[in-house]
Amino acid sequence: MKHDEAEDIVKEALTDVVPEADLTTLGPDETFRDALGMDSLDFLSFIEILTRRTGVRIDDEDAPHLTTLADSTGFLLARTE
Amino acid sequence: MTWETIRKDTTAQVAPNLADYARERAEFTWSRARKRLDGLPCGRGLNMAYEAVDRHAGTTRGGKVALRCLARDGTVTTVTYTELACRTARFANVLRSLGVGRGDTVFTLLGRCPELYTVVLGTLKNTSVLCPLFSAFGPDPVEQRLRLGDALVLVTTAALYRRKVAERRPELPGLAHVLIVGPGAEELPGTLSFDALMAAASGHFAIPPTSPEDMALLHFTSGTTGTPKGAIHVHEAVVAHHATAAYALDLHPEDVYWCTADPGWVTGMSYGVIAPLVHGVTAVVDEGDYDALRWYRILDEQRVSVWYTAPTALRMLMRGAPPRQSNDGRAVHDLPALRFVASVGEPLNPEAVVWGQESLGLPVHDNWWQTETGCIMIANFAACEIRPGSMGRPLPGVEATVLERGEDGRARITDNGVRAVHEPDVVGELALRPGWPSMFRGYLHDEKRYEAAFAGGWYLTGDLARRDEDGWYWFVGRADDVIKSAGHLIGPFEVESALMEHPAVAEAGVIGRPDPMAGNIVKAFVSLRPGVEPTASLERELLAFGRRRLGPAVAPREIAFDQNLPKTRSGKVMRRLLRARELGLPTGDLSTLEGSV
Repeated sequence: MKHDEAEDIVKEALTDVVPEADLTTLGPDETFRDALGMDSLDFLSFIEILTRRTGVRIDDEDAPHLTTLADSTGFLLARTE
Repeated sequence: MTWETIRKDTTAQVAPNLADYARERAEFTWSRARKRLDGLPCGRGLNMAYEAVDRHAGTTRGGKVALRCLARDGTVTTVTYTELACRTARFANVLRSLGVGRGDTVFTLLGRCPELYTVVLGTLKNTSVLCPLFSAFGPDPVEQRLRLGDALVLVTTAALYRRKVAERRPELPGLAHVLIVGPGAEELPGTLSFDALMAAASGHFAIPPTSPEDMALLHFTSGTTGTPKGAIHVHEAVVAHHATAAYALDLHPEDVYWCTADPGWVTGMSYGVIAPLVHGVTAVVDEGDYDALRWYRILDEQRVSVWYTAPTALRMLMRGAPPRQSNDGRAVHDLPALRFVASVGEPLNPEAVVWGQESLGLPVHDNWWQTETGCIMIANFAACEIRPGSMGRPLPGVEATVLERGEDGRARITDNGVRAVHEPDVVGELALRPGWPSMFRGYLHDEKRYEAAFAGGWYLTGDLARRDEDGWYWFVGRADDVIKSAGHLIGPFEVESALMEHPAVAEAGVIGRPDPMAGNIVKAFVSLRPGVEPTASLERELLAFGRRRLGPAVAPREIAFDQNLPKTRSGKVMRRLLRARELGLPTGDLSTLEGSV
């Protein structure tokens, strides 16, 4: 998977869960749970969508690596290498 | 499937406060429970904040840690009872300096931070009224509650104020003071810095005389129709917070206690703030969001002994984080300090009760209560067996029953009053005999709805339940259209009203769709105005519209287009029928439907 492709998947998953989000103003290292006002059910939907689209299994241990656009993209890239 | 009853080891590490259920029920009286509290010195009444803070602060317990606050980054700060007494006195003086007095309402829109405790308890010291809001509410629910609750003061953060209040401020002329916790007040017109006001205030404050019947807390809850209802609670409720936390949470003074509920809801207030402090325990306060590993770490590192959480959170834990294998081959998280786990908010499925037993080494004790009751009413107890899936039995001092239902699904009310169901396992409306100290004293400015909540000498809960032959209660569902999602009550009318403000929407009907994680999620059926096409992009736009207005806690998570919403002859959308269709259930008597068979 290429970087841009992984980032698009993360952005699409966020937009699916938080359709009102304006991702153009979201910095790559901004914590999206705070910036987009996501609750814990939103976050759960987000990781379920990522798993469905990429086949990557995401465990509770992985949650600390899924907090920003940059680290989520990096996480998908590392897991699909 | 039937689940095996969980029997208790008779040698618990700590002797349970309620050892003999029948005896405790027979001997308990609320007036004796009242005597376990101090009351204001010189007989000046009963004040929640005095019982929670000051009565410890002046004793050898003053140096004990009251709050152990965990910031998002994991930093731990502690607040002792004496420090809390000083901070809450300062805030009471801040209120006084602003001209805020007895009966004036102070709202909080804050996360789980130390300042929340200062504001709640300082407000109560000042004999003002505290109304908490949930920080995941959107601007609509926030504005509506501030207006309905006659907010004079709001304490919040700069980020929450900008996102949820600033634009609506002109619509709230009664909101005289907005206090900003943390940085940012100087950039926000019409706000004051909480920190600056606190720094200038004295740490000494004499609590004025407080009648046990003085209003203390205002909690908004949702009904089937109309606006949210503000349930009024009085200072005397602290008697019930104290007694029930002893019985249903088995709190002992040496406990480290963690209530995960958000302070924006009644659980986070009654059992997150008041009850643990009245018991003089150390309360863990976590500012962070749900995160399974973080939660296990908190339970472990903070040596939490009593944990009060919610079914949705437990089900989230169940889906991941496989526990370590213990020596005997069983998978158990190693949490030696933890001795009691309880849950509330929605019915706890038997799988979750048993999961606790298998992976925490402790079964989960479900209990039941609601905003109006102010305290736990029905519970599973530390010393008693658990029937997985049951909410347990009424607490000492609580009389519960199941009432026969009428056509509309609620208790049948006739000229002769109501009729209790005496046969076991018959479904009816759960009802409670009024008289416990934390019973709500009214809905703010809505006497009619308050009166409608009682019949034949009972408070009607709106929940359906059955009682088995041994007296255990089992939750069945709601008797009305209110939606229980992730432990929160959501009024369908509030959601429908918001959606109908979108120009594409002609009508909306909102129901709870069963969900394995949240219990129910909010689903909206929407009919569109003539000429509007039901496209995927419109669906997304409506979801976004709902979230922007209502926030994630209330907004629909699913939208379905339906140009033929079922309606009564009078034109009301039939949510009951939408729900029956969604679940594939028989739709019942359709004779009152418009254009029906």
